[in-house]
Amino acid sequence: MALIELNDVRRVYDLGEVKVHALRTVTRNVDLGEYIALIGASGSGKSTLMNTLGCLDRPTHGSYLLDGEEVVTMSRDQRARIRNKQLGFVFQNFNLLNRTSALENVELPLMYGPKIHARERRDRAMEMLEKVGLADRFHHHPSQLSGGQQQRVAIARALVNRPSILMGDEPTGNLDSKTSREVIDLFRELNDEQKITVILVTHDQNVARNARRTIVLRDGEVVEDTPDFMVAKAALEYDPLVAG
Amino acid sequence: MSFLDTVRIALRALVKNKMRAVLTIIGVVIGIAAVTTIVSIGQGASQLVSGEFEALGTNVVLVFPGQTRRGGARQSGAPTLTAADAEAIGTDCPAVLAASPIVGTAGQIIFGNENWNPKQMQGVGEDYLTVRNWELEAGGFFSTNDVDASAKVCVIGQSLIPELFRTVNPLDEMIRINDVPFRVIGILAKKGANMVGDDQDDIVLMPHTTVRKRINGSPLDNVSMIMVSARGTEQMGKAAKQIETLMYERHEIGPSEEPDFSVQDTTEIAATLGVITGTLTLMLSAIAGISLLVGGVGIMNIMLVSVTERTREIGIRMAMGARGRDILRQFLIESVVLSCIGGAIGLLLGTGASMAANLLINAYKPGTDWPMIVSIPAAFVAMGFAAAVGVFFGYYPARRASKLDPIDALRYE
Repeated sequence: MALIELNDVRRVYDLGEVKVHALRTVTRNVDLGEYIALIGASGSGKSTLMNTLGCLDRPTHGSYLLDGEEVVTMSRDQRARIRNKQLGFVFQNFNLLNRTSALENVELPLMYGPKIHARERRDRAMEMLEKVGLADRFHHHPSQLSGGQQQRVAIARALVNRPSILMGDEPTGNLDSKTSREVIDLFRELNDEQKITVILVTHDQNVARNARRTIVLRDGEVVEDTPDFMVAKAALEYDPLVAG
Repeated sequence: MSFLDTVRIALRALVKNKMRAVLTIIGVVIGIAAVTTIVSIGQGASQLVSGEFEALGTNVVLVFPGQTRRGGARQSGAPTLTAADAEAIGTDCPAVLAASPIVGTAGQIIFGNENWNPKQMQGVGEDYLTVRNWELEAGGFFSTNDVDASAKVCVIGQSLIPELFRTVNPLDEMIRINDVPFRVIGILAKKGANMVGDDQDDIVLMPHTTVRKRINGSPLDNVSMIMVSARGTEQMGKAAKQIETLMYERHEIGPSEEPDFSVQDTTEIAATLGVITGTLTLMLSAIAGISLLVGGVGIMNIMLVSVTERTREIGIRMAMGARGRDILRQFLIESVVLSCIGGAIGLLLGTGASMAANLLINAYKPGTDWPMIVSIPAAFVAMGFAAAVGVFFGYYPARRASKLDPIDALRYE
C-alpha cells in the first residue's frame, strides 16, 4: 500500500460567475521515503496540490488516501489531527511565531498533540534544535536569527512530532544560495537517514535537482513524472502553444 | 493543549500589547470598582440603620396620642395619653419589659456664665433608661420618689459638658433650666448621632412630673408619648397587641369607635428604611453595571482587532494541528484573563474608594461611625461578574478566530 494515493483529485474554486479549475484531475501514488519536487509555472496548480496533500484544503472531487485513510470525507478536527501527527510544514516565509523563542516555536506542535509533560515537551524540542544545529540559540526570538537559522527552526518544528511526511512550500525562496544549500542538504539528510518522505514545491532548480522524483504540473494536470530532472526540466520549458 | 499553557499564552499575548491591554480593561476596572464601592457603602448604610434601631432602645414600641372627637371636630395629637397609661402598660402587659412616659419641652439651660439650648429636653419616667437600653456614665438616675415628688433633678447627655461645664465636674452642680434650678444627678453614656445625623447626646432628662408642673406649667396630666420596650424582638408584635387591648379598655373605646391613640412598631420603620436603602443600592449598582457592559464591549472590540491582527498566527497554529476549539479556547481565555485582571484591579480600587468614602463620612459627621464593609461574597460575585463579561464578550471574536480557514489565515498579510 502506498503512503499517499490520489485518485482523480479535482479542485474547483467557485467564484460565483466563473469556476476556476485549479486541479483538473490528478491520480498519483507516493511511497514512504520518497523525495519529490513539485514544479510548474505559477497557476499550474502546484500550490493547490500541496495544500491538498497537506490536509489544509479539501478536494472537490476524488479520493485522497493517506496511510489508507480517506482524507476527503474527514472533518476539520480530524484533518487537524492528521496535520499534527503525520505532517510537518516548512514555508517560504518561515511562519514562526514572533516574539516567541525558538524553543517554544518548536514546542508548538507538541502542545496540540496528545498531552505530554511540559518537561518532556521541552526535552524533545531541545533535541530537535540540536539536530538542526541551533541548540545554543534556543532562547532567541525569530527576529534575532538569520533567515537560514529561522528556516532551520521551522524544520525542527516540522519534525518534532515525528511526522511521516515533510512538506515544503518554496522552502528556499527567501534564502541566499549558501543557506539554501544548507537547507537542501538537511532535507536530503533527513530523507536519506531517517526515511522521512519529503514533498517540496519549488522554483529553485537546485532544490528540484536534489529530489529523487519530479512531478511537473501544467494547468492543473500532471504533464511529467520522472526521476530524471533533465526530463522534468524539458517538460517544464515545453510550451504547447509554440510546439502546437 | 493544557489549560495552564493556554493561560500562559494568553498572558504573553497581553504583555506584548501592554498599553492596549491597560486601556481595554479600564472599562471593566471602573465597572467593578463602582459596583464594589456602591454595594459596600449601601451595606454600610443598612447596617447603620439597623444599628440605629438597636441604639434607639431595643424593641421599642411607641404609643402616640391620637385623634379625639370634640363636638365633631377631629384633632390629632390631642392630649389623650397620661402617665397612668404608661404605668399601666408597664405593669399589665406581659410582653412589655418597661414603659416610660415622655413629655417634651424646650428652653435654655444656664450654668454660671454659660448658656445652652439642648436639642432635646424631655420629661421621662424612672424606667426610661431600661426602655432605651441606655447606660449611665456617672451618677444615678431619678427614682420613683423623685418622680412622685416632682423633684428638681436632671440627668444630662455628654454633649452638654463641653458647652456648659468645660472642666467642671457636672455632678451635683446646680443648673437653671428655664429659670428653674435643677441639680445634676447623672451623666448619660455617649450614644452618638442617630441615622439622620442628630446628636443624641445633646439631651437633658428630668422627671416628667417636674417638666409638666414646673416648666410647662400645664394643669393637665397628659404626656407627649409613651415609649415602650418589648421583651425581645419577637415579642414586639405581641406587645403592640397587648398595649392596644389595654388602651381600648382604659380609654373605654368601643369596637366600632376610632381609637384616640396609635401604636407604632419600630420594626416597621426599620423595614421601610431597609427597603429604601436596598432599592437605592440596587439602582446605583445597575448604573454601575452599565459601565461594566461598556467595558465588555471594549473587550469585544479589542479582541476582534486582535483576532484580525493575529490571523497569520492562527493559521500557523492550525497548520501545526490546532483544532477550532483550541483556537476558540485560546482567545476566550485571553479575554477572560483580561477581564479578570480588570476585575481584580477594580475590586482593589473599589475597596479603596469605599474606605475613603467611609473616612469622609465619618469626618464630616463625627460620631456617625459609618461601618466599613467589604464582604468576601460580594468580592467573589464581582470577580465572577468580570469573568462572565470576559466570556460573554470574548466568545464572538474567539469563535470567529476558530472558524478561519487555515490556508486563508496563512496567506494573510
